[in-house]
Amino acid sequence: MASEVKFEKVDFYYGAFKAIDSLQLTILARKVSAFIGPSGCGKSTVLRMVNRTNELVAERTRLEGRVLIADENIYDGVDLFSLRKKVGMVFQRPNPFPKTVYENIAWAPRIHGVKRTDELDEIVEKSLKRAALWDQVKNKLKSSALSLSGGQQQRLCIARSIAVNPEVLLMDEPTSALDPRATARIEDLVEELKADYTIVIVTHSMQQAARISDSTAFFLSEGAGRPGRLIEFGETERVFTNPSSRLTEKYITGRFG
Amino acid sequence: MAVVGIILIFTFVISAGLPLFFKVGPYRFLFGMEWRPTGGQFGILPLILGTLLVVAGALVVGGSAGVVTAIFLSELCPQVLKRTFKVVVELLAGIPSVVYGFFGIIVLIPFIRSQVGGSGYGILSASIILGIMILPTVTAIAEDAVSSVPIDYKLAGLSLGATDWQTIRQVILPAATGGIATALVLGIGRAIGETMAVLMVIGNAPQIPDSLVKPVSALTSTIALDMAYASGDHRTALFAIAIVLLLIITLLLISIRLLHARLGSAE
Amino acid sequence: MTRARVFDLSAKAVAWAVAISTMVFLILIIGYVVIRGVPSIASVGLEFFTTAPRGIKMQGGVYPMIVSSIYLTVLSLVIAFPIGLGAAIYLAEYAGRGRFVELIRFSADLLSGVPSIVFGLFGLAFFVYFLKMGYSVLAGALTVFLMVLPTLVRTSEQAIKAVPRSYREASLALGASKWQTIRRVVLPSAAPGILTGVILAMGRAFGETAAVLFTAGSVPQTPASPLDGGRTLTVHLFYLATQGQIEDSFRVAAVLLFVVLGFNLTAGWMMARFRRRFG
Ligand SMILES: Nc1ncnc2c1ncn2[C@@H]1O[C@H](COP(=O)(O)OP(=O)(O)OP(=O)(O)O)[C@@H](O)[C@H]1O
Ligand SMILES: [Mg+2]
Repeated sequence: MASEVKFEKVDFYYGAFKAIDSLQLTILARKVSAFIGPSGCGKSTVLRMVNRTNELVAERTRLEGRVLIADENIYDGVDLFSLRKKVGMVFQRPNPFPKTVYENIAWAPRIHGVKRTDELDEIVEKSLKRAALWDQVKNKLKSSALSLSGGQQQRLCIARSIAVNPEVLLMDEPTSALDPRATARIEDLVEELKADYTIVIVTHSMQQAARISDSTAFFLSEGAGRPGRLIEFGETERVFTNPSSRLTEKYITGRFG
Repeated sequence: MAVVGIILIFTFVISAGLPLFFKVGPYRFLFGMEWRPTGGQFGILPLILGTLLVVAGALVVGGSAGVVTAIFLSELCPQVLKRTFKVVVELLAGIPSVVYGFFGIIVLIPFIRSQVGGSGYGILSASIILGIMILPTVTAIAEDAVSSVPIDYKLAGLSLGATDWQTIRQVILPAATGGIATALVLGIGRAIGETMAVLMVIGNAPQIPDSLVKPVSALTSTIALDMAYASGDHRTALFAIAIVLLLIITLLLISIRLLHARLGSAE
Repeated sequence: MTRARVFDLSAKAVAWAVAISTMVFLILIIGYVVIRGVPSIASVGLEFFTTAPRGIKMQGGVYPMIVSSIYLTVLSLVIAFPIGLGAAIYLAEYAGRGRFVELIRFSADLLSGVPSIVFGLFGLAFFVYFLKMGYSVLAGALTVFLMVLPTLVRTSEQAIKAVPRSYREASLALGASKWQTIRRVVLPSAAPGILTGVILAMGRAFGETAAVLFTAGSVPQTPASPLDGGRTLTVHLFYLATQGQIEDSFRVAAVLLFVVLGFNLTAGWMMARFRRRFG
């Protein structure tokens, strides 16, 4: 079950610093949306709003406005644990737990109440298959996840998120630490997964955004200390070929050129 | 210089204490039930037992509180408090052991005497004082270990909908086990070697105890207490006890090294 | 599900409770000694620091003990500083990763783990009897020197290693020799870090009891030369406390706490500044 994510007039603060200014954005279900923009414009911040992990990386954060997942405001009395279970996250650096491959996947289902071994086995197999990793690790389920290659580790992290049936999948530069081949496999995987999930991916690669996303959001901050703003959001093809803002055009041509 | 120092210490202490091993026999020395040096009885089992009991007690008191405090400091404590707490812990590590011993005499002993019974001097008091003394060591090293676990693990755990405690207990702590074990072993080392504070509250009776409030003797406190008047075989015996202490801390140090080597190769 | 959450909250509550009570308890120890000790010192007045103890119970002033403690601390550091610094320079700048260096590090770790009473025994056997120094400040200082050496070497080595490579490279590029670079560039930059180690070591030396009891002795006299024996404040406190002279003990304990915590606070503050500079 994939859900729509909606930002309504959102301002976001780290302490006294306003990082995001009046964000208005709707992310469609079963689509891949890409966030692009120069470093420090707030892409990760917006991404982390969706599973409320900004408040884990900084001590004093504040959000004004509403963020809705399937029409429910997640900043108004929502249960944090079920929210985070509902929204999976994949990080820039692959971060499998220092446990076995099997335990990496089984850990979250288990803490959410799945006890039976056969059920867990099934979830592990299904998630690994979904992440196109099963064939490579089915004989290594009991070895340490840290022994896998970087690309495999990242797909393991994707499988780990999938294992709890999220509705939204957030990916913060998931391929920036990987080589081109591993990157290509992740991109294929993203294409496949979008049938079931709402996917948001932050990327610094215009080519990647153009290749895999359906919609693209361009963020920009006018300089250090200024808040990031959404400059343009639309169908990827249109944003790249016929941007409505000069700023978008400048950024894209600069990055392609 | 450190090498020279350590060699000097080992050779001098060993050469001064070894004759007793031969005279009494290592078995009767280590496992003899009676320590009555003026009567020619040199069994240090009661002393070993005394040390083991108070160190175990210290580990229960200070080891557990130290690890919990370390987890608190690195995972739960708000930044504002963290600095203050860390300074306090550092300061405690610097308080001289006679001052701890004095504190034990004026506060702990009367308290135990009135609340638990006995004279107040004994295993319980020594365990608590030692526990307090090893707490800063354990806390500081365990805190290092816990906070050096990458924040990525924590974020991953919490983003999967786990609670803080589940993430700490099942992801962060397992990743920090080696460091926490090191902290505890160093705490044990400190507790075994601590002399003055123990001497002041343990009661100094070389007996096999039948309750926690019974006075006992430890290896270190016996040396400190007897050295003032010991002569002849008695003196040699004290050096022999020192050999036992040196052996124990060497073994502890080697175990830490092995622990690190194993963890190092696992990664 | 709710069970996990209840568990989470209770575990966190327990952690808070343990941490807070630990802190409170620790502050209480310091606070109690200070609150009882300081007014007591004030009631005796300045004489407490300037006169010798009176009578068989050793009440009153602690002048000889203060002199002994300072004498012993300074002397041990005067011996330890050049040797410790030399060893640190060697380890940080010259030593590779060979077996010998491993041996040095293992010895240093071992040395820092040796119980202080064993240092005391060794000092008694070696310095007092074998080298015929007798119970003396010198024998005490030499024993304490061995005790503080590992700390001193480790902190100095870390301070030297913390000096950025670029500093060294800049100097070497200007044609300075390695030793000149170390002396003119590295050591001055590392000085605050090294000083931190020295202050920490002084705190330890000042607070040590077991190792000085059987080397410097316990005679309550004012040592006039390093070969005289003396009674440090710590040894004095030990006797007072075990003889049940609570009021006198509080005064001495307060002085000890102030000096040792003063050393440690200064060291901590300097270390923080040093770290800020070299990240
Ligand atoms: N934990 C934090 N505490 C305080 N400020 C933060 C924190 N994280 C980010 N910021 C600030 O918020 C702004 C947006 O940062 P963010 O990391 O969201 O940008 P980004 O677009 O993801 O950049 P990058 O492309 O480099 O990842 C920046 O000015 C940054 O300094
Ligand atoms: Mg980012």
